[in-house]
Parts: sequence; C-alpha cells; structure tokens
Amino acid sequence: MAFLRKAKMKRKLNIGVTALNAIDSPGPGVPVIRALREAESFDVNIIGLSYESLEPGIYMHDLVNKTYHIPYPSSGMDALMYRLNYIHEKEKLDVIIPNFDAELFSFMKLSDKLKDMGIHTFLPTIPQFEERHKHNLPEFGEKYGLNVPKSKAIYDPVEIQSIAGEYSYPIVVKGKFYDASIAYNYEQAKSYYNKISAKWGLPIIIQEFVHGTEFNVTGLGDGNGNTIAAVPMRKQYITDKGKAWGGITVDDKRMLDLTDKFISQSKWRGAFELELIKAQDNEFYILEINPRIPAWIYLAVGVGQNIPEALVNLALGEKVYPFTSFDVGKMFIRYSWDMIVDRSEFEQISVQGEL
Amino acid sequence: MKLKPNIAVSESGFVFNPATGESFTLNPIGAEIIAKIHEGLDYSEISEWVKKEYTTDEATFERDFNDFVGQLKINGLFEKSKNEEKA
Amino acid sequence: MSISDKKRYERPMIKKMEAGVPNKFGLRSEYTPMQEIDGVSIKQLLKDYGTPVFVLSETTIRSTFQKAKKAFTTRYPKVQFAWSYKTNYLDAVCKVFHQEGSWAEVVSGFEYDKAINNGVSGKKIIFNGPDKTENDLVKAINNESLIHIDHLDELYLLIEIADKLNVRPKVAIRVNMDTGVYPMWDRFGFNYENGQAWDAINKIMRSGKMELMGLHTHIGTFMLSPNAYAIAASKLADLAISLEQKYNHKVKYIDMGGGFASKNTLKGAYLPGTDTNPSFDDFAESITTALLNANFKSDEMPLLILETGRALIDEAGYLLGTVIANKRASTGKRLTIMDIGVNILFTAFWYDHKITPAQPFTHYTEETAIYGPLCMNIDVIRENINLPLLNKGDNMVVHYVGAYNMTQWMQFITLRPKVVLIDTNGTPHVIRENETNETITSLEKTPQHLSSFNL
Repeated sequence: MAFLRKAKMKRKLNIGVTALNAIDSPGPGVPVIRALREAESFDVNIIGLSYESLEPGIYMHDLVNKTYHIPYPSSGMDALMYRLNYIHEKEKLDVIIPNFDAELFSFMKLSDKLKDMGIHTFLPTIPQFEERHKHNLPEFGEKYGLNVPKSKAIYDPVEIQSIAGEYSYPIVVKGKFYDASIAYNYEQAKSYYNKISAKWGLPIIIQEFVHGTEFNVTGLGDGNGNTIAAVPMRKQYITDKGKAWGGITVDDKRMLDLTDKFISQSKWRGAFELELIKAQDNEFYILEINPRIPAWIYLAVGVGQNIPEALVNLALGEKVYPFTSFDVGKMFIRYSWDMIVDRSEFEQISVQGEL
Repeated sequence: MKLKPNIAVSESGFVFNPATGESFTLNPIGAEIIAKIHEGLDYSEISEWVKKEYTTDEATFERDFNDFVGQLKINGLFEKSKNEEKA
Repeated sequence: MSISDKKRYERPMIKKMEAGVPNKFGLRSEYTPMQEIDGVSIKQLLKDYGTPVFVLSETTIRSTFQKAKKAFTTRYPKVQFAWSYKTNYLDAVCKVFHQEGSWAEVVSGFEYDKAINNGVSGKKIIFNGPDKTENDLVKAINNESLIHIDHLDELYLLIEIADKLNVRPKVAIRVNMDTGVYPMWDRFGFNYENGQAWDAINKIMRSGKMELMGLHTHIGTFMLSPNAYAIAASKLADLAISLEQKYNHKVKYIDMGGGFASKNTLKGAYLPGTDTNPSFDDFAESITTALLNANFKSDEMPLLILETGRALIDEAGYLLGTVIANKRASTGKRLTIMDIGVNILFTAFWYDHKITPAQPFTHYTEETAIYGPLCMNIDVIRENINLPLLNKGDNMVVHYVGAYNMTQWMQFITLRPKVVLIDTNGTPHVIRENETNETITSLEKTPQHLSSFNL
C-alpha cells in the first residue's frame, strides 16, 4: 500500500524539449520525449520547443503536451531569452533539453540566467564545446591521449598538396559544420574544397581516410569525470543521408574504456555521441564528438540506460548512480509513420506560434 | 477583382487554397482588404475605407494595393477576368 | 475621425507558408524598434540634422573604454591604451579618448599632425605604419615620439637621421608571427619565426644610435580567437627576455596592437556577433596571463600598450537613414531602397549590420534586400533581412558603425552627411558638418580654355 502511494506521489516535471523534427534525417527530440515518459523517477509534462510548423513532434499530442515556436539561434540570445521568458511564465519549466547542434551555444551561454529563473540544463561547458570542434580534433586527441585520424584545417587549396603527401589518398574533405566527401586525387579534393567552402566557409578540414567499421557510442558524463552511461552501437543500415536506420548494441570493452577515458580526461558534462571507426590495425579512432543526445537514443533506453532521465536528474542536482550494464545484441529499426492532422492545427501553430 | 470562390480565409488571417493545398498568412490590414474584396467592394471603395481608418494617403495606398493584388494573382487566389482569359 | 484616432498604416501583405525543415539561415528578425539614442529622439535628430546622419554616443564611448580598461588593469599592473586614429579620427572622438587617458597611435604624417594639433604631447604618440617620410621621422624624433619600425629601409634611414641630428630616436620594432590564425599578417614588420625580428633587434642594439623602447605586434583584424594573442604575447616576451640576456637591456613596453573584434556579425557567420564574439575580459585574460607567465622579474614587468580601435568605438556609432522606396524584384522578392549607400557604410561589405526600424511596427515581416541610393549594383546594405513592413519615409537605424566608416568613406555622386555626438548630458553636437557642393568644387581648378562652351 505504501509502495503504491509512493508511486502515485511521483513528482511531475515540466520539461522543454527541442528538435521535434522526426523526419528522414531526424532530430533527437521525439525519442528523448519517449524516454522521459518512461522515466521511473518522475512524471513529465512535455513542452515542445519548435522552429518550424511542420516538425512532426508538434502534432504528437500523446507525447507532447504543448508546443511553442522559438526563434532561430541566428536571431540571437536576446530574442531567445525573451521567448523563453514568455513560455516559462505559462509553463513553469523545470528543465530544458536542447538537442540541436546549432542552438547549443546559445543555451550554454544562457544557462546561468535560466538557472536564476529556475530552469535547469545539463550541458557541456563552453571550453568543452569549443575544443571538441572538428577543426580542433587533432589538438583534442593529443591533449587527452585519444586516437584521432590525422587532420588539418586549411584556408587555401594549395595546402592540399603538401598534406596529401603526408596522408596519401584517399583523403576526407570536411566542412566546418557539415558535409564531408572522400577525394581520391588532388583535382577531386580541390573541387570538394571549393564546393564545401562556398557553403560553409573556411576552414576546410582535410582528414586522413581511415578504412574500417563504424561504431557509435552515446553516453553521459557527470562533469566530474565520471561515466554515468555509455552504450556502444554498430550501424547496420545507413541511409543515403548517412543516418543509421538500424543498429545493434555491441559488447566491446575497449570502446567502453575509450569512452571512460574521454569522459574522465575531459570531465565531460552532459550527453554526447562519439563517432568511432575500428581501423584495420584494430585500433579505435574518434572521427567526431557530438556534444548532445543522438537521434538513436531510444536504443540506449531500450537496453536499460535511460540517459535522458539521468540527464534530467543531474540537471536538478540529484545524486545519480552510474548505469553498469546494458543488453547486448538488441537492435533498433527505425520506421516512419504518417499522422493525419487537421489543417486548423497547422494554422494555429503557424499563426499563433503555439499549439 | 474576385477571389476564387472556394478560398477559405479565417479570422486569424490564414488563407487556404483547397485547389492547390497552399496556405498563406495575411497581416490584419491584408485580411480586412480581402474581406472587402469578398464583399464585392471595388478599389475606390476600399481606398476610401482605408484612408478613413488608417494614416495613409491615396498615392501610397494605390501603389501598395496594386502590389498586394499582384501578389494575390501570382499566388493564384484570384479568378482570372474575362480579358485575361482571352489573353 | 481625427488623424490621431486613425490606426498606423501598414501595407497589406500576404505571405506563402513555406513548410520546411529548419534552415541554417532562417528567420533573423531584428524586432525591437530603436526610437532614441541616449534619450534623444531619433526622429528629432533626423529632423534637426538631415538624413542620413551619423550619431555617436559619448556615453557609450566612455563606458566601453572603461570596460576595456578595467578588463586589463584588474589583471596586469601597468596598462596604457593608445587611440588608433585610423579607426575614427574625428577630433571630438579622439579627444574623448584622450580625456579618458589614451595616448595617440598614428600611421601617417597626416594623422601625426592631427594628434599634435589635438594637443597630444609628442612623447605620447606612437608612430606606426610602412610609410613615414624623412620629414615625418625628423618631426617625430624631435618630439621624442615612439617610432615603430616597419622595415629595414626605415631602420637604416633612422640611423642616418640620428647621425645627422645627433639625437637618439626612441624606437620599437613591429614583429609579425604565426599565431595559428589565418590570414597571417606577415607584410608588416619583421618576422619572428624566420629570425628577421631578432636580426633587426641586433642591428638596433649594435648601431648604438637608437633607444629600443619596446616591441610591437598587431596580429590581424576582427580577431575572434583570444588565444592567438596569448601566443603573440609569449613570443614578444621571449624576444624581450633574449634581448635582456644578450645586451642587458630591458624594454620599457610590449605593445600588443589591436584587432579585437567588435559586436558586429561577419557575413556568413551563423550566430550573431553580440552572442559569440570574445569580450574584453577574454582578450585581457589571454594577453595578461601570457605576460605574467613569462620570465619577467615581478618588479620589472613591461608596460602593456593596447591600440585597439574597432572594439572601442563600433558600438557607439549609429547611422540613421530613411526609406526612399519599396519595390519588388522580378523574382517577387521585396526590395527596400534607403538613403544610406556603401560609400558611407563601407563596412556593409564585410558585416551583416544590425538594422532596426526607428518606429513601432507589428510583428508581420517580410524577407527584404536593402539597397543604397547609389546608381551602382554593388550598393547593397543587406542582401537578406527579415524586416517589418516599412513605408516610404520610415526611418531605420544601422548599428555598430563607429569604426572605419568615418575614415574610409567616399564622396561619390552625393555629399557626405553630418556627424553628431550626443554628450553625456544628452545634448547633441555637430562634430563634422555635412559637405556642400562648395566643399568639393573649391578644390577644383578649370583651365582657361575649358571655361565656356555652347550646347
């Protein structure tokens, strides 16, 4: 009886979640919300924070209680703060989980102000966020003793020649934020350089191409160097946009050790995704560090590590014990689903900015 | 000057064209003018009304009105007049 | 119905709902109207001084300076600012900085004379730049100004003049170096990595004709990386310490130049500069930490000189203007023409300037390109901005224009406008008159045979 009463007394949290774009290159918002709804330590009232009227999560009323449009990160922090003040007045937010790369900077900068208002976040620090950038990866690897492919940020295609001499073709030509292409000779590399720099600006990152198998790890660091969660996954099917459409949890102690090392060395705070490659020399290399929850997070929940729940508890300053195990060999298979939506709902979110 | 008959305009200024599936938003004065057009008012009547309600002058409004009607036409919200059909 | 009862007119607008996924360069709305500067109504300023008009806030200049000064003086024992004349050399502006305690940093004979005329003591003028004539140098030597040597030809010329005049010029050398940023400014001064700088120091010391006062660097412009300054400061400190070891000569100062980014947003940047660009504290932390960690004896720390210009004045400057016309391009895109051209807003070439309306408006906006009034295709103020529905005659405020625009502006097909300074009591003063036809034509001369014609 006492147990039942206790269960009923679970506290209710108002949690704001972004990235409701559950589309073919999905944002993590919807799976994060599913995870929060399954949390054992609290009940939730989910406030969706959206940028566009067609983000599917806006219309998933069994998952999202209410959605508000927020201004694009490019409008600046003042505009965002103004909007969040309005939303907070109505919804009394306890926690916000931002899930887009492009918005993280603003939320990190605003985190103290938000805390003063009573809104908690659990994000990397600005130095952590900055040093794991693609163009800083070699320095990051050296500083923390982690394997990373050789790479160099360049500002002039002439530099490709000398780098290629060092790495040997093929090489990977990467943009500052997005885009990557594999070049097999100088002409190709130069043409990718021009294409990608026209879109994302300089620098361009030239990275050594490492042959091997791709793995991803999602996890959570407590900011003091402790690993709270870590789940490795091998992608089984990759869409033409490079997103995993199916994946399976794997048991590899070395990947977990590497994750522990990443967390303990950098004192990583918050959720993250490591993109790894197991090269032919049997070593793991870190290709990228994404400073947020990945879209496949529900797999981690399904195998026993509810990372969003743990993240919320850390944000609220509660004691969180590390997860110590997960089910190996469990898969996720993503599918798409057509909702039927009335035009009036689309009209309301479009015109009023809330639904 | 006539809106296509099946165009739906809501009070919030949301326009839906069922024939094409396109949606539009209007600002308040745009919504008011559409309503006047719907009632069958012609340009001079609308202009009189706007000048009475708003701080503007004939030249400004005429230019803005023509631009607005041009946008309505480009977006396929107006019936083509007999002359335009011939052309 | 009287006029006052009428609603504010806004042109009717219909906007197609573009359903899509978040787009990198999505809506950037600059929504808050700015109706006054330091309590002075913008409409009144335009009425009194014409349109367009540059307005500078003395309050903002002083408070920005104090912020910068505090960032450095709380971290380092001896700090001196020198006002970079080329950034904005209107006398009134220079004098605000001189009242705040700034020396003068000049890069030409013209600027040098301006500083002298402003009453700056020769000893407190830093003379930089690749082009100093023999006359300039003689004048600077006699005034005991600090001459920062840019190249070997200048070094030899100084030795020659010193011999002739039998005086010891007070000099420093400008050093360029790799600080990990691109582009590397290696066209000014002597290179650190290849030994040119050390070589120049040796030449100065061996000549015995000059007094080597300091070491100077200026690593770039609109720098977004404070760490680059830390690298630069430690390289200069290394040179200073080598110099002390070899010649037992201590430099009086380390001059870190300028280049701090202001709050403007560079074209192509995703997040606004106000959010991302480093603060004075960030720059100060990098520079002073590097100097404090260098091997100077604690009671022999060199004076730290800073020549930052842009970051001190950009925010204090506004350019007010008026909508001339609204048009629609053949593509259907909205075009707004303002009376502000790139000839007076040079910085529009590299910034997406923040632009806000100067009157209230509704939240309805439209994607707009803002063009200037010049009859030239390059005259674009903003290629893409989400603006409220402006009427002809409405006013707009361009923000963060205090740096370089009032020195690099061009007189082209029209006349340059007034510049107004609002003092700390909120009183506006004209600090530069607008040009008239007379200003321009008085410099012209027509040969006799061209004086008449028949059409």
